[in-house]
Amino acid sequence: MSFQDILFYIFSAILVAAALGVITMRNPVNSALLLVLSFVTCAGLWLLLEAEFLAITLVLVYVGAVMVLFLFVVMMLDINLDRLREGFWKWFPFGAMVALIMVAEMSLVLMGKYFGLEEMPAPMPHDADYSNTRELGRLIYTEYVYAFELAAVLLLVAMVAAIALTLRHREDKRPTDSSKQVKVKKEDRLRIVSISTIKKD
Amino acid sequence: MEYFQQQFIDLFGTEWGAMLYTLASNMTFIFAIVVPLLLGVAYLTFAERKIIAYMQIRVGPNRVTFFGIPWLRGWGQPIADAVKAIMKEIVIPTGANKFLFILAPVLTIMPALAAWAVIPFSPELVLADINAGLLYILAMTSMGIYGIIIAGWASNSKYAFLGAMRSAAQVVSYELAMGFALVCVLMMSQSLNLGDIVNGQQGSSLLNWYLIPLFPMFLVYLISGVAETNRAPFDVAEGESEIVAGFHVDYSGMAFTVFFLAEYSNMILVATLTSIMFLGGWLPPIDIMPFTLIPGFVWLLLKIAFVLFLFLWFRATFPRYRYDQIMRLGWKVFIPITLIWIVVLGGIMQLPETMRNTFPLNIWF
Repeated sequence: MSFQDILFYIFSAILVAAALGVITMRNPVNSALLLVLSFVTCAGLWLLLEAEFLAITLVLVYVGAVMVLFLFVVMMLDINLDRLREGFWKWFPFGAMVALIMVAEMSLVLMGKYFGLEEMPAPMPHDADYSNTRELGRLIYTEYVYAFELAAVLLLVAMVAAIALTLRHREDKRPTDSSKQVKVKKEDRLRIVSISTIKKD
Repeated sequence: MEYFQQQFIDLFGTEWGAMLYTLASNMTFIFAIVVPLLLGVAYLTFAERKIIAYMQIRVGPNRVTFFGIPWLRGWGQPIADAVKAIMKEIVIPTGANKFLFILAPVLTIMPALAAWAVIPFSPELVLADINAGLLYILAMTSMGIYGIIIAGWASNSKYAFLGAMRSAAQVVSYELAMGFALVCVLMMSQSLNLGDIVNGQQGSSLLNWYLIPLFPMFLVYLISGVAETNRAPFDVAEGESEIVAGFHVDYSGMAFTVFFLAEYSNMILVATLTSIMFLGGWLPPIDIMPFTLIPGFVWLLLKIAFVLFLFLWFRATFPRYRYDQIMRLGWKVFIPITLIWIVVLGGIMQLPETMRNTFPLNIWF
């Protein structure tokens, strides 16, 4: 067993344990933190597959930005743990059915004859100076440019929609103009008056 | 080096010897980075107190000395502070989540130290010379925020939580501007490797540094760096006039010191990155005789010291920003500037070859 295999099993064990923890932890904050852990270990697994760009982007985007906001919201919720567990058994059959269908679908794909070690041999490892990021960038901006632009437009539409849904004009608001405020000089606000302090007899 | 490698191979056999040698040399390298870094942090606090003191016409720490030597007065201060912090009790507040309370400072210092792995100190001196070095740095610095949020939440205190919320929103906002400024750097250098970025600035003088063509980006990066490390004038996360001391109000002793260490090592990291991206890293300002005699490592240290001095100078000069003004500066000023500069830079790079070879442009493109 090579060193990379050992690393793979360590990362996988942590990933499975953390993923189980996400759904079994009582406290949602712990669940969110375990989700962060599973993202990071997943990035480690991707690094073993020589996908360093994807691995670092996963950490940068999901761990560095998305989960921070997620954690933020979860921490501010006033969560009643007993009410959260209410109706667990009522919804259990439905949840179990969805899980079973997903397992069945995945096994149909993964155990089929078009998928497996014989069909997909391990790719040749690249040299140390091979830049995964450069190759990915070249492909995105040449062959897959339309798909890439479409994804970008989709994100833009989602952003505009999110802002449009939450933006409200309120009558009672008194907006401040920061650029006016920072332009204020001493002369505009302050008047220095000289008053003689000695009482004249 | 080869002598030591041979010794290891003789001792442990061919296979294990090479592996153990790699392990040992990497560990030595890591210690050679971390130990001077932590000493640098200790003396940065001393420099901060001294410099700000002189700017405010005071003297600053001038008592603690080593072995009673009179001209070293004050230089023992950071060591004395560290010893005091180690002696103190770590108080865990009632109702705090004990595990996360202890974990938070560790999570803060981990990325602050891990990011140093890809920093090139001279053309050969780099621990991990990876292709996506810049991305790695961005990923590591973006993880530092977890320590702050967890500390704020686990303390079970409103003040700490408010500080953590402020800090998280601020860091996430300024990360965008910082990332866009770095996109300009990588457009110029056409590489994500930090060593290649420095090599791209090689030339006869400091005109070749990215400081000149990317001057607005340099300012954006520097100011965002100050905001990202929660330093004055952007230190609303620990604004003592409003929320006592922010996210680490409930921490004491060594746990507090670890936050302190992380903040200052992040400062040194941002200063190092600014030197590497915009100030030519290990390159001398003019490539002629007296300057080239000084090793590149020393030039890098001098540049880092200069940027750190700017950090301290800002703190002594500017009053604290109001929170909505911080957000306005990040979202409404910096991000548009960086986006426009990316478009301008892309336009220049698409100019015909003959135009790029005319005078001012031929220095950089």
